[in-house]
Amino acid sequence: MALLDGTSPNLAQRAAPILVGLLTIAAAIALWQGAAEWGLVSKFVAPAPSDIARSFPRLFTEEGLVGRFLQTFAETFLAAGFAVAIGIPLGWWLHRKPLAGLAYENWVGSFAAAPIVIAYPLFLVLFGRNTATIVVMSCLSGLPAMVLKTKEGLDGTRRVLVNVGLSFGLKPAALFWKIMLPAAIPAIANGVRLALIFALINVVGVEFLINFGGLGELIDDLAQRWELPSMFGAILFVILTSVAFFWATGRVERWFRPHG
Amino acid sequence: MAELQATLPRAAPGRFGPVMTVRAGTVLLLWALWEGAARSGLFYEGALPSSFKIARAALDLVVMPAFYYNFAVTLLEVAAALAIGVTCGIAVGLALGASRFAGKAFEPYLQYLAPAPKIIFLPVFMVMFGVGGGSKIAIGALSCFFPMALSVISGVRQVDPVLLRVGRSFQLTLAQTIRKIYLPALLPPIATGLRLGLGVAIIGTLLGEIKMSNRGLGFLIMQDYGRFDIAEMYAVLAVVFVLAALANGLIARVLRVKGRGG
Repeated sequence: MALLDGTSPNLAQRAAPILVGLLTIAAAIALWQGAAEWGLVSKFVAPAPSDIARSFPRLFTEEGLVGRFLQTFAETFLAAGFAVAIGIPLGWWLHRKPLAGLAYENWVGSFAAAPIVIAYPLFLVLFGRNTATIVVMSCLSGLPAMVLKTKEGLDGTRRVLVNVGLSFGLKPAALFWKIMLPAAIPAIANGVRLALIFALINVVGVEFLINFGGLGELIDDLAQRWELPSMFGAILFVILTSVAFFWATGRVERWFRPHG
Repeated sequence: MAELQATLPRAAPGRFGPVMTVRAGTVLLLWALWEGAARSGLFYEGALPSSFKIARAALDLVVMPAFYYNFAVTLLEVAAALAIGVTCGIAVGLALGASRFAGKAFEPYLQYLAPAPKIIFLPVFMVMFGVGGGSKIAIGALSCFFPMALSVISGVRQVDPVLLRVGRSFQLTLAQTIRKIYLPALLPPIATGLRLGLGVAIIGTLLGEIKMSNRGLGFLIMQDYGRFDIAEMYAVLAVVFVLAALANGLIARVLRVKGRGG
């Protein structure tokens, strides 16, 4: 009982803000519904939440939501995969060659902040309006994070571990595979997560802009057909899937962090 | 890393050191590769024009009155987006950062929505504000709201509690607490939010213009793409990249000077 007494207020204290957050969202949806029902907001501008909810089955049966979801995620993983495959060796090279690291690390950082997505007409000219443009642009958006995080991880390897390896007479390759790479895994995992997130954002964005591909194209299509409840439904679906994706990649990344 | 950098050759100020040599060599190599590819005949000339042609197009562009009109349109849209996004971001950041309860209730939603692709809201804004400047300002404002809000939340949490207790003992009102304690302490996070926000506000606004618009630099890019005037399109893109970098640098410099002054 004492234990219960001790834990109950704590649990209540923890649950209260979560409840308030959820109730606020529920109240906002109810207000929106009421405003749409009473004609305070035109249904041709903001459809009622109930209409949006009703549009979901149609998104699955008529608009091929599952197929589009799979296409978007296949492009995301492909782009992030290329970013990882190119980024890890580049990060390793910047770590191995200090002069190159000094010369290029800032450039890679600036490239990460560059608005690459607005250059999409350039990629359309070079690759055409197809999956290659989406994958290449998304790969480029994830690449700097991968390079910088790999370098950061390798640079951060504790000197004492390297010295132990050297004292055991490890050759450079063995030193890399047995000591440096395992020590850099947490940073590399963080880089992989960032590459995946940047790739997903870019894939959906470019799909929307060039009206080609999976979920991004669907939103653009529905907007052009003025099917507002379905369009809002598709936007909600993209937000929910991205939130689930960020959460899941965050959980996976945690496995690679050192414990204790 | 610091130890590594201390032992490595560096470009001394005013001296062309090994790092600068490598950088200059890389730029030259990239330029030579581009020029070689453009002149090789392996690529369609329209898609990969010579760098000289792009430079000429850039010079033609900067003497064109239409460029300045479109530039002014984009500048106004970005400024309006930044003003709205930054104001809302600071207000929400202060509210969620100062109250632990409000932070726990609403911050997770902000954290999860922040990395979601904002461009998908463009059709919603077009329905609400039309295809004119309003929807571009809205998408720019939404883009820069998140980095500013999250940056301010984290800044508020780092405000020294002693200062807040001193404020309470002097019986400061909420407005006075914000003006005299929070805002001065929040200058660095606001600066970070402003720099991040500016970048994404520019991207959001330009993407809105590229998608559907009849004015602005984004429109200019799409007009060139539609006419297949690729050299001018590259020139506009280069100008946009340079302007974005300059604006970012300018904000950083202003905030550094302010920081030193305060």
